[in-house]
Amino acid sequence: MQAATIASHRFGYTETSLRAVQPDPRGWVLDQFRQPAAMDASGLLDSVAAMQLTREVLKGALQAKPDADGKKPQDAPGPATPSRLELRKTNLKGLQRRWQHIVATPTPVAERWVQFWANHFCVAATKGSMLALVWPHEYEAIRPNAFTDFKTLLRAAVLHPAMLLYLDNAQSIGPDSLGGQRRKKGLNENLARELLELHTLGVNAGYTQEDVTQTARLLTGWTVGPQTGGKVAFVPVIHEPGSKTILGKRYAEGPQALDQLLGDLSVHPACARFVATKLVRHFVTDEPPAVLVDAVALRFRESGGDMQALARALFGHDLAWSPHHSPKFKRPEDLVLSAHRMLKMPVAFVEQTVRTLQDMGQAVGRAPSPQGWPDRTEDWLSPDALLKRVQWADHFGSANSDAADARALSRLAWGEDLSDTTLKHIERAESSAQALALALASPEFQRR
Amino acid sequence: MTLPMNRRAALHWLGAAATASAWLPARLALAAPSHAQDPQGPRLVVVLLRGALDGLAAVPAQGDAAWSALRGDADASAAAAKGVPVPAALRLDGSFGLHPSLAHLHAWYGQNELLVVHAAASPYRERSHFDAQQLLESGGDKPFALNTGWLGRALQTAGQPAIALAAAMPLALRGADGASTWTPDRRQDADPDLMARVGQMYRDDPQLAAAFAQAMGQQDMTVGADGGAGFAGLAKQAGSFLADLKGPRVAWLEVGGWDTHTNQSSRLTRLLTGLDDGLGALREGLGAHWAHTTVLVMTEFGRSAAYNGTGGTDHGTAGVAFLAGGNVAGGKVLTDWPGLAKGQLLDGRDLKPTMDLRSVIAPVVQHQFALSTAQLQSVVLPGVGKPVLNFWRT
Repeated sequence: MQAATIASHRFGYTETSLRAVQPDPRGWVLDQFRQPAAMDASGLLDSVAAMQLTREVLKGALQAKPDADGKKPQDAPGPATPSRLELRKTNLKGLQRRWQHIVATPTPVAERWVQFWANHFCVAATKGSMLALVWPHEYEAIRPNAFTDFKTLLRAAVLHPAMLLYLDNAQSIGPDSLGGQRRKKGLNENLARELLELHTLGVNAGYTQEDVTQTARLLTGWTVGPQTGGKVAFVPVIHEPGSKTILGKRYAEGPQALDQLLGDLSVHPACARFVATKLVRHFVTDEPPAVLVDAVALRFRESGGDMQALARALFGHDLAWSPHHSPKFKRPEDLVLSAHRMLKMPVAFVEQTVRTLQDMGQAVGRAPSPQGWPDRTEDWLSPDALLKRVQWADHFGSANSDAADARALSRLAWGEDLSDTTLKHIERAESSAQALALALASPEFQRR
Repeated sequence: MTLPMNRRAALHWLGAAATASAWLPARLALAAPSHAQDPQGPRLVVVLLRGALDGLAAVPAQGDAAWSALRGDADASAAAAKGVPVPAALRLDGSFGLHPSLAHLHAWYGQNELLVVHAAASPYRERSHFDAQQLLESGGDKPFALNTGWLGRALQTAGQPAIALAAAMPLALRGADGASTWTPDRRQDADPDLMARVGQMYRDDPQLAAAFAQAMGQQDMTVGADGGAGFAGLAKQAGSFLADLKGPRVAWLEVGGWDTHTNQSSRLTRLLTGLDDGLGALREGLGAHWAHTTVLVMTEFGRSAAYNGTGGTDHGTAGVAFLAGGNVAGGKVLTDWPGLAKGQLLDGRDLKPTMDLRSVIAPVVQHQFALSTAQLQSVVLPGVGKPVLNFWRT
C-alpha cells in the first residue's frame, strides 16, 4: 500500500484524488498541523445563549400537559413551541456547519485531530440541560485549543458550561460550605471520577475512591447557571472549605487548586500513556503497537503535552505508516462524511443523515456515556450495522449516480491500492448507481 | 472466474439463504441444530441495564432498621419538595418492597414467576462503569482479562445461535459464530441484486463476509416487524424471535440511562416504567414460550447507599438482579442481607456484596445450554465455583 493511500484514508477523511498527497504524504499530513483550517463559527449560538434557549425549552416542556398515560417524557417531541423549533434549528445549524467543515476542509487530518479530542472530552445531549450545548462545547472549548497543549485543552474542556452540566459539577456543593449548610446539599462526584478516569489518568492509574471524593470536594464552587450569568464561575460560598489531598498531594482551599490539580494530572506519567494509547488506537490500529505508544508517550512528557510535538511524534513515526496493521473499521459518521468528501458533496439532508447514522449505531451528539464513542472494530461491526451500511451505500449510490463515475473515482482515490475483487465488482456493475454503491460498500471504503 | 450476476441468480442465492437455515451460519446448521428439534426447549433473555441501576431504589429494603434514615425520609421530602408524589413501594415481603413503577414484575412476583436477587455484585470492586460492564459481559474475574463474552462462549460451546437487539454486537455475545444483531429497518430493503454482489465482493474479507451473510440470513424473519426502536418494541421483537421455532433460543437486550447522579426520583420512575413495559412486551412476544423462558436482568453495579448532595446517587457496589419466567421458582427475595447501618456498608458507603453475580449467571448458563460443570468452569466463566443455586421449578 502506498503512503499516499494511508495518509488519505487512514489519517484523513478520504481525498477525492491522491494526486496532491502523493509527492510527500508525510509532509501533507504534518503541514496541516502548522496551519489547521478554522471552522467558520460565525452566527452560531454561544453557550450563554444556548443555555438560555434550553431553559425556555425546558420550561415549555414542564408546562406541557402530561399525555394520556400521565407521562411527560423529556425526549418526546413535545408541543412545537417557538423555542423548541429554535432549538432544533440551532442544533441543525451547528451540525451542518461542522459537517460542511469536515467535508471541505483543506486540512482533513488536523480535523480528525479535533474530532479525536472532542470525543476524548465527550459531552452529550442525553439530558435536558445539554440539549443545545454539544456543538458549542466543540467550537468554543475544543477547536480553539486542540493545537495548543494538553493542559490548556483540558482546562478549556472541563471548565466549559457543557462539561460542568453534563457531569453534574454545576450542582455539586461543598457540604461544609456556607451554601451547603444552608441548603442541605452536597457533593456529586461524577465529574471528579471522569476527570481522573476518562480525561487524564485512565482507570488503572492507582487512584482510590478517597482520591475521587477529594477531587469532588476540590471541584466544588466551579459552576454555571443563570446565577453566574451563564458563564463558568468559581462561587466561593459553595466551595468546600479546607485543604484536599489527592494522590498524596495537598491542595489548599480556593479556586487556584483546580489549576494546580489539572497541571499535576497533565504531567502524571499515566496521563501521557493513557492519551498516547488512545491516539495510536484511533489513528493507526485497534491494538496499538507498544513501540509507537512509548514514543508518543515519551514526547508527551518531554514536551509538556505540546500538541504539535504529539502530532509529529505520531505521524512522523514509521510505524504509523506501516501497511501491515489491521485496518480500522470506520465509525459511521466518518464513513458517511468520507463519502461526501470523496464526492465533494455537502451534506444536504442533515436530519436524514442523523437518522441514518443512528441506524448504524452512532446517534451523533448523543454518545451513550461520557466515555465517548468506542474505537475498535468489534464496537461497530455487527451483522445489523453492516447491513445498514450497505443499505446506505445503495441509497447513496442511487441518489448520486450522476455525481461521479465510480470507476474513475476509485482509481483516483486509491490509485493502485484497490483489490482486484473490489475493482472487478465496480467495473461489472449494472449501472453507475450500483457501481458507486459497490465502491462505498467495498472493504476498502468501509475500513481505513 | 465467472459470477452469476443476473438478478434471478441473486434472488436464488437469497432464497437459499433464507429457507434452508434462516438463522444458522452454514457451519452451525450442519453441525447440530439440536435445539430445533425441541420446540419446548429453554429460552434465555438477558437484559443489561447500562449505567448502574440503583438497587436500593428498585428494591427498597424497608425492613432494615437503617432504611428510613438513609432513604425513607429523604425520598419523601425530596419528592414533596418537587411536588411529585411518590407512591408507596409495592410490597414483596416484610423486608423488601418493589419500586411502584414495576407493576408487571410485581404481578409476576405474586405468581411466583419473579425471583429478586439482592446485594449481589460482580467480582469488580472499583467504580468505573466501563470496566464494570467489561467484566460483567466478559465473565472474567478482572476487567479486560477476556475479550469475548460469557454468553458468546457458552453459545459457541453449545453450537447455538443468538440475537442481540442492538446495533453493535455487545461484548457479552462476542466469541460466538452464531450470534447476530438486529434493529428495526427504517429503509426499504436494498436491491437484492446489489446485496448478492456485495456478498461476493466480501469473499476476501472473512470478517465482513461472515457478518453480511448473517444479516442477510435473518432478514426474512422480521418482515412486518413494527414494534419500533424503543425498548418495548425491541423487547417484543426479541420475544417473537424466540417464539419462532426456526429462530434463536437466546436474546440479548440492553437499555441505558441508569447513571442517576442527579434528579434520581423522577428519572428512575421513567426508566423503571420503560423497563417494566418492555418486560411485559417481551412476555407478550414470547406467547406460550414464556413457560420455558428465563429472563435475567442485571446491571454493572449498585449505587451509593446514601443520596449524594444533588438528589441522586453516586457509583456504588452491590445491587439487584432479577430472574423472571414461567418456569422460574420465584416469589421470593434471594439475599444474604448485609445490612445498611454505617458499619455494615462497604467502605462506609455502599451496600456490601454478599453474592457473586457470576454464581447467578452460572446456573442460568447451565440450565440453558446443558453444559458440563467442567465446560462452565474452564470456558464460560473461568474459575467460577460449582453452581449451587437452582432457580427453576423442575
